[in-house]
Amino acid sequence: MHDHFPRYEPKSAVGRWFDSRLPATRMLYDSFVAYPIPRNLNYWYTFGGILSIMLVVQILTGVVLAMHYIPSADMAFESVEKIMRDVNYGWLLRYLHANGASMFFVAVYVHIFRGMYYGSYKEPRELLWILGVIIFLLMMATGFMGYVLPWGQMSFWGATVITNLFSAIPLVGSAIVTWLWGGFAVGEPTLNRFFSLHYLLPFMIAGVVILHVWALHVTGQTNPTGIEVKSKKDVVPFTPHATVKDAFALVMFFILFSWFVFYQPNFLGHPDNYVKANPLVTPAHIVPEWYFLPFYAILRAIPSKLGGVVAMFASILVLFVLPWLDTSKVRSANYRPLFRQFFWILVVVCIGLGWLGSRPPEGVYVVAARILTAYYFLHFLVILPLLGIFETPRPRPASIADAVLSRKGGGLFRPAGAPAAPEGRG
Amino acid sequence: MAESTTHPITAAPEAKHIEPHEAGAPSRRDFLLIATGAFAAVGAAAVLWPFVDQMNPDAASLALASIEVDVSQIDRGQSITVMWRGKPVFIRNRTDQEVQSAKEVPLADLKDPIARNLNLDANAPATDANRAPADREQWLVMVGVCTHLGCVPLGQQGDYGGWFCPCHGSHYDTAGRIRKGPAPENLLVPTLAFVDDTTIRIG
Repeated sequence: MHDHFPRYEPKSAVGRWFDSRLPATRMLYDSFVAYPIPRNLNYWYTFGGILSIMLVVQILTGVVLAMHYIPSADMAFESVEKIMRDVNYGWLLRYLHANGASMFFVAVYVHIFRGMYYGSYKEPRELLWILGVIIFLLMMATGFMGYVLPWGQMSFWGATVITNLFSAIPLVGSAIVTWLWGGFAVGEPTLNRFFSLHYLLPFMIAGVVILHVWALHVTGQTNPTGIEVKSKKDVVPFTPHATVKDAFALVMFFILFSWFVFYQPNFLGHPDNYVKANPLVTPAHIVPEWYFLPFYAILRAIPSKLGGVVAMFASILVLFVLPWLDTSKVRSANYRPLFRQFFWILVVVCIGLGWLGSRPPEGVYVVAARILTAYYFLHFLVILPLLGIFETPRPRPASIADAVLSRKGGGLFRPAGAPAAPEGRG
Repeated sequence: MAESTTHPITAAPEAKHIEPHEAGAPSRRDFLLIATGAFAAVGAAAVLWPFVDQMNPDAASLALASIEVDVSQIDRGQSITVMWRGKPVFIRNRTDQEVQSAKEVPLADLKDPIARNLNLDANAPATDANRAPADREQWLVMVGVCTHLGCVPLGQQGDYGGWFCPCHGSHYDTAGRIRKGPAPENLLVPTLAFVDDTTIRIG
């Protein structure tokens, strides 16, 4: 599959000298220029590229913010305000970083649900999917610790609630929480270590992203048909096709990002975080950042401390075994009429859980959260395994090229009437 | 016997080579491998420990003196919150009605039937008398940290007129005992003593 398009040929003597000693250029060329991608990738497949760029945005803005931020319980809040008011372009860098985190999660949720819709996790891409779940977990840890750094009320109490999750562990729970805090409550030692780890984890994410892309390039990308690439007719070279499509999607995504940064920079935040942390007063209504709300709703839905914590972690861990829970051999939801409906129900359930996570934990909200939590697990543990047995998939096209040509008449990138695959002839 | 103990390395080249596993006995090499591996594992663990333990509370955090609180200004039905070990401690001078309603609760109605009072036996039942300081039943001194996930509950709220945790909806009664919601335990009563009638030492 790698040999559909011409590989790297160094053109200069210097290029040949390097290539025989450190073929880094060759690796990049073969991975991002000559690399064959299915010709029918749609815009849902551009979010991987968007995510890579968002990681770069977060690291760049984060590194410069760290030049002005002071990780101390006395100074953290003031130093963030100083960044906002005194540091040149500090407001821009901080709003880029804070909203960038939200955009990062927007993109990752689209990316994850795209993978679920098109069955991207199925054999032989299980490891690719698992690496993705690991990245997601690292992102959550990074996002959580980053939100603590401004040392506002939501920072402090969010940190208190989340670290206290570990106190639910029998026997060693409270020792673990004390160890995490470095004291008997969230305080200065906690802030310092969170800053250290918040700086470290993005680079660990970058490392796992490299493994993720490596695994992707071993198996090749899936595509909306779910049919594997069979011949050269099914593929186009990464550059220019994916490069340009990803770049266009990125620009569109950055328009959304910029709208938040320049017009609604605090829309996704919480006003209480502009109040300095006070260990004596818990805000009337603690909510995590929006991207944790579905998991927060699951935590609160279970009327037992340990049970709630277990359910919340299980809701993420279940993703690790998704490749084995989905028993259907058909990848794409396009050819799975029942799965497609259940997929959209799951999307609605997750959004519903997110909304419930933002509501106070009382009355009808708790009941609704319990129903949706039960459905969430039902989807993965019961519906998916059974669907593979009882569902009759629709007929699938023989190949990607067949699917594209029958739908478009003249092929994706050619005017109608042109030869379908001129490079494949003669 | 002498031939059978010939080592593969020290044996003369022409000697018949017998691998230890062919002979069926663990060799000296097996022993050395396991011993070296075990030594390396112990060494790695010993090096790892300082990296783990540095995160535990440091000497300054551990050197926590007890605090003394003047409660002479707290009237019946009033409470104050003081800081102890970085945590809020509620000190409430309860009304007779609050004490009475706490006393009337049968132990069977309690989610957590243990007093959680560091001044008493670990298994003491959660009666109102076991929650309050000895012989001073109108007082209630508790660590103001919800036993669910560590928020500070709000006083004189909730379904039982005691404390209500706004984070995840735990209701505590007028003796600080968990009655409803996700919290597993009653609010903790710290080690305390009345130095005189108006001064409480905590810790």
